[in-house]
Amino acid sequence: MAEVALRKVVKRYDDVEAVRGIDLDISDHEFIVLVGPSGCGKSTTLRMIAGLEDITDGDIMIGGDVVNDVPPKDRDIAMVFQNYALYPHMTVAENMSFGLRLKHYPKAEIKARVTEAARLLDITDLIDRKPKQLSGGQRQRVAMGRAIVRNPKVFLFDEPLSNLDAKLRVQMRIEIKKVHQKVRTTTVYVTHDQVEAMTLADRVVVMNKGRIEQIGTPNELYHKPATRFVAGFIGSPAMNFIPCRLEEVGGKLNIRLTDRISFPLPPARAARYSALPRSENLLLGIRPEHLTESHAHLEPGVETFDTVLDVTEPMGMETLVYFGLEGTPVCGRVDPNAGAKDGAPMRLAMDLNNMHLLNEATGVVL
Amino acid sequence: MADVVVEQGRPARAASPRKRASLRNAMGRKSTVAFFLTLPLILLIALLVLYPAFYSVYLATLNKAMTKFVGLTNFTFLFKRETFWMVVRQSCIFAITAVVFKALIGFIVAHFVHNIPGKKQRKWRGMLLVPWVIPPAMSTLAWLWLFDPSYSAFNYTLSFFGIGPIPWLGDTFWARFSVILVNVWYGAPFFLIMYLAALKSVPDQLYEAAAIDGANWWQKIWHITLPMMRNIIAITTLFSLIVTFANFDIVRILTSGGPLDRTHLFATWAFQVGIQSSDIPLGACVSLFMVPILAVAAVFILRDVNKRGNEA
Repeated sequence: MAEVALRKVVKRYDDVEAVRGIDLDISDHEFIVLVGPSGCGKSTTLRMIAGLEDITDGDIMIGGDVVNDVPPKDRDIAMVFQNYALYPHMTVAENMSFGLRLKHYPKAEIKARVTEAARLLDITDLIDRKPKQLSGGQRQRVAMGRAIVRNPKVFLFDEPLSNLDAKLRVQMRIEIKKVHQKVRTTTVYVTHDQVEAMTLADRVVVMNKGRIEQIGTPNELYHKPATRFVAGFIGSPAMNFIPCRLEEVGGKLNIRLTDRISFPLPPARAARYSALPRSENLLLGIRPEHLTESHAHLEPGVETFDTVLDVTEPMGMETLVYFGLEGTPVCGRVDPNAGAKDGAPMRLAMDLNNMHLLNEATGVVL
Repeated sequence: MADVVVEQGRPARAASPRKRASLRNAMGRKSTVAFFLTLPLILLIALLVLYPAFYSVYLATLNKAMTKFVGLTNFTFLFKRETFWMVVRQSCIFAITAVVFKALIGFIVAHFVHNIPGKKQRKWRGMLLVPWVIPPAMSTLAWLWLFDPSYSAFNYTLSFFGIGPIPWLGDTFWARFSVILVNVWYGAPFFLIMYLAALKSVPDQLYEAAAIDGANWWQKIWHITLPMMRNIIAITTLFSLIVTFANFDIVRILTSGGPLDRTHLFATWAFQVGIQSSDIPLGACVSLFMVPILAVAAVFILRDVNKRGNEA
């Protein structure tokens, strides 16, 4: 097992810069998830760590050694691919043992390792089957087994759950987490699914347009996003962004959303934003769970307003309500018994203690 | 209910709607439709392949004048002739050597072409297919001139190195070498194009997975490329073996089977015995020997194709 470090890593294809100088330190045993929309450079970054892509500039280190020019086979890594990349002409056992056989491990040790990995992944019964006789989830397990038997320094996962249906994806997500808890190998995992990122990672790396937007624990990213991109990408339904500006009313700092809606900021927030120029174009970032139905007793910092709902989506444990604030679509989460109906008026409460304020032009969270 | 009443009322005609229904069922079955769609081809094969095949079996049982049924006499006569066994040996050597070289060259060149990027690849593919698209009777004439012992480009070039002149078509070894060389030149592009198509169907990720598993280029070829191409290799080899075994034009134009029958194949010898020596039953008998030999080869080569199927 080992640390992985990326230093100003750049990848350029002709004129296109896919990865624009990223720095990343992954510690031993850590589970890191690279997440971002397609084309953000996350898979390219993973493939550069694997050695499947040359790097244009910068350094990649595994276990303290620079591996820029080391071929994949000598990097002591194992990779799980999106479409499994199992060898179709080999049985499950042969697939799993292929790497060990190439390195001329003793037969007894190969057998022991394959048996142990198969037991860990619950595929002992499938060991003599060919990949085409397996379901998607079983193939995924075999692909993981092939990685585990090698006992590598680093595991690399390239969107391993994308080809599975939603239910199986949840199940395999838990399996992957369990496996990591047992083997504790340093893991780099690429996905475009923010739920996978949040549930699996020790730390999440959010990438956008070839750059790292933010690195942090799932909670940090959720509660303290650094940019509008991260705030909008993490969380489902996504955070609402409502144009606003700050104004002084009777010596108190208020936030004005529309001509008729203006709320006093809670003291902590007011102190934080007091130095901002009042003329600046700002965005209020508020997550749907902080826009709920109004109650008789409101906490300090929770403000109410009346609106007319456009659409409601009953989800069972909650109801999502959609409405407009001067043309900006906004989503809230209310109790299923709160009486939200399509086209009906409703009084909602906004928890400003959990608000974010963003610079509209730069997208930076203030 | 109404149907039953009608049927009871007219018991004599009760079977007819059932028959019509079963005919409709039969027509509706996929296999029946498939049979009718392939019927024109089946008829064509019957007319152009089966009829001549059975006719040659019939011919092989006649005497030289084709007036009397002689049973297996022609076959026993052939078994006693040394030339026949020499032709069997030569045909096997010719077909196996040529197919092995065609497959090897096709495989190697397919790899090179596969690694040429984009547009350039199309150009190379086109150029490398040229030997295969020129009618072999024409291209073999060009080879005949190249092999000329006195004035050929080959011997002229070799003379600069103090080699030769080599009697390309006059010496047993060189004559056999020459006919095989021309056959390889003509047939390798077929292997190239088949292997290239097979190579393109191997997913890149398998090679990437193998690279990470620690495979070098040779291990990738041995453990990934070859097993993934197994079916194509088997079918291409069989197809080529049949065509090469039955080759006629190249040998006929280059050597006519000489020197001293040392380059005769089944087809050219059958032609010589049957047409040129006017012993059609014996010629038919010679050509029939190709069938069991190729059948055995087909069984061995295609043994696993069905079983393996598409493993992906």
